[in-house]
Amino acid sequence: MNYFRSHILIETDEASVQQGAKDIMAALKQELAKHKLDKEINVLETGSLGFFERGVCLAVYPDNVVYGDVTLNDIPQLVEEHFLKGRPLSRLMLEKAEKKNIPLEYAKRIVLENSGNIDPEKITDYLGVGGYLGWEKALTEMKPADIVQAVKDSGLRGRGGAGFPAGLKWSFTAPIEGVQKYVVINADEGEPGTFKDRLIMEGDPHKLLEGTMIAAYAVGATKAFIYIRGEYKLCIARLQNAIDQAYEYGLLGKDIFGSGFDLEIEIEIGAGAYICGEETALIESMEGNRGIPRNKPPYPGQEGVWQKPTIVNNVETIANVPAIITKGSDWYQKIGTPECPGTKVYTILGDVAVPGLCEVDMGTSLRTIINTYGGGMKKGSRFKAALVGGAAGIFLGDSMLDVKMDFHNLAEYKAVLGSGAILVLNDAVNIVDVLESVIRFFRHESCGKCVPCRNGNEQLYRSIKKIKAGLASEDELDKMILLADAMYKTSFCALGQ
Amino acid sequence: MYQEIFKKYRPTKDNLIYILHDIQDNDPHNYVSEEAVQSVSEYLKVPVNHIYGVLTFYTMYSTKPRGKNVIRLCESPPCFIKGCDNILNKLKETLGVESGETTTDGLFTLELCACLGLCGNAPVMMINDEFYGDLTEDKAETIINTIREERA
Repeated sequence: MNYFRSHILIETDEASVQQGAKDIMAALKQELAKHKLDKEINVLETGSLGFFERGVCLAVYPDNVVYGDVTLNDIPQLVEEHFLKGRPLSRLMLEKAEKKNIPLEYAKRIVLENSGNIDPEKITDYLGVGGYLGWEKALTEMKPADIVQAVKDSGLRGRGGAGFPAGLKWSFTAPIEGVQKYVVINADEGEPGTFKDRLIMEGDPHKLLEGTMIAAYAVGATKAFIYIRGEYKLCIARLQNAIDQAYEYGLLGKDIFGSGFDLEIEIEIGAGAYICGEETALIESMEGNRGIPRNKPPYPGQEGVWQKPTIVNNVETIANVPAIITKGSDWYQKIGTPECPGTKVYTILGDVAVPGLCEVDMGTSLRTIINTYGGGMKKGSRFKAALVGGAAGIFLGDSMLDVKMDFHNLAEYKAVLGSGAILVLNDAVNIVDVLESVIRFFRHESCGKCVPCRNGNEQLYRSIKKIKAGLASEDELDKMILLADAMYKTSFCALGQ
Repeated sequence: MYQEIFKKYRPTKDNLIYILHDIQDNDPHNYVSEEAVQSVSEYLKVPVNHIYGVLTFYTMYSTKPRGKNVIRLCESPPCFIKGCDNILNKLKETLGVESGETTTDGLFTLELCACLGLCGNAPVMMINDEFYGDLTEDKAETIINTIREERA
């Protein structure tokens, strides 16, 4: 095997690709070959390195240097300085302060531990960092009931927004016998400001597959689907590639590891509807219908896709499962808060110095996230509020900065953690404008099944327009609050609520 | 003419969404025609009204002919804060159409859409399968002009 003295990891997630990451990679390889360095220095593709608004980023190991805003013109100088002369090109290095603030390797990263470190298109990379050990352990050493118990004990809660305990969900379906059962992974990410699932799928698709496999075995499903929104072309390509490789390595298919257990995984593609993130709407969509939520009960765990028991879990939830199996539920439970163990992936956007991605312990406060991982507010702007949890989330002001954020705690403040999107607003932003945009979103995405949501959002939109135009009287706001309260109480699904 | 597409899918209703995607992607006008709906209805034994229900529910489908290049500009809050309204106005001005309309030369259709999941690069738009991020008014205009020259 060829021995390389250094590895260059270039991020090729959707955002970087559209900024020319592929061309930069090709130029880099060419430049290295020109200097006869191509046998010494390896160029690899990887998922997001976790920096946004930094153009194309690449990391050099073992030097542990990260470059940002790399363009084609920088390549000759970069190769000459760093790889020929051996001194990092400080011009392109992400600032020292930034690096100090944003630890490149967090000890506790679970879901994103490999993103930015391995090549998502090579199963051997994933195997090399201990991938699929959880699947092997689950299948050869554990009974399905043990796995359900382990996930229950770990306290893992669904990361899709509602925070329902995952183990409990599984325990409803696992005992049902004599019928075909399904596992569906909800990758129909559409909450504005949220793209954690995209980064997981683009950066480490095998981890999602491994979690899906374990979940399927635990509940006795021999078929699993990953429902991805149609716009996520790169995710679809990477996951399909990962599935093909898993079959090739005998991790999927018939009689896996000689255990007698069969499993198939397929990708389902959505067609653009926010509501399909709701699990019963997603099931309707899979069956070839309009994505309109179903009555609950029966819950999908009893009657899901094609009336068969179906477990629907979010991407991030499932990506936690392999670690719970390999490292144990005791280990997992010590991370985060007692009510919500584990980590949470946040996307930090808006008026912070360094918009980015972080995976932190549950219970981390908004202040810490903004200051430590977002690098504080942008120069010259003051914090006004943050919209936490995407469009369906709540504005959190000054007073909420130090609240420990997890599903349980935020509920006490009538706020939600939702999907983990944090949109930071400075004091120059007009909240009415933002609210208009939020309401416009729901007005468009309401599926039209129930009156409170369909008509309510239209009414709210008219009111906010009126307020914006300065035509509203003072009681307009009271009317809106009254209406919103009625919608909350009477809407059919969580979208209207 | 849709037989080639049908061959790839078993005639069950759960394949409806795929078949519609496939038909639309292969249509020169980026839409699903009445004739296509009729064929799908016969192939899947699913009523026409169900197919229209599905077509009009999901934003990625169109029942009206569209331009060669479908522009989908995100109008969700993260893009809104970064000024997607200005981009929209610029696009309207450059193309000479309102949102939902197609240019007379049949090259572009301008649409608004919900979050595309590229909020780190807001404001964002998609043209067919390509993403364009960190938009400014100038950048949007350049992108349109480049495509116009390339694909005219």
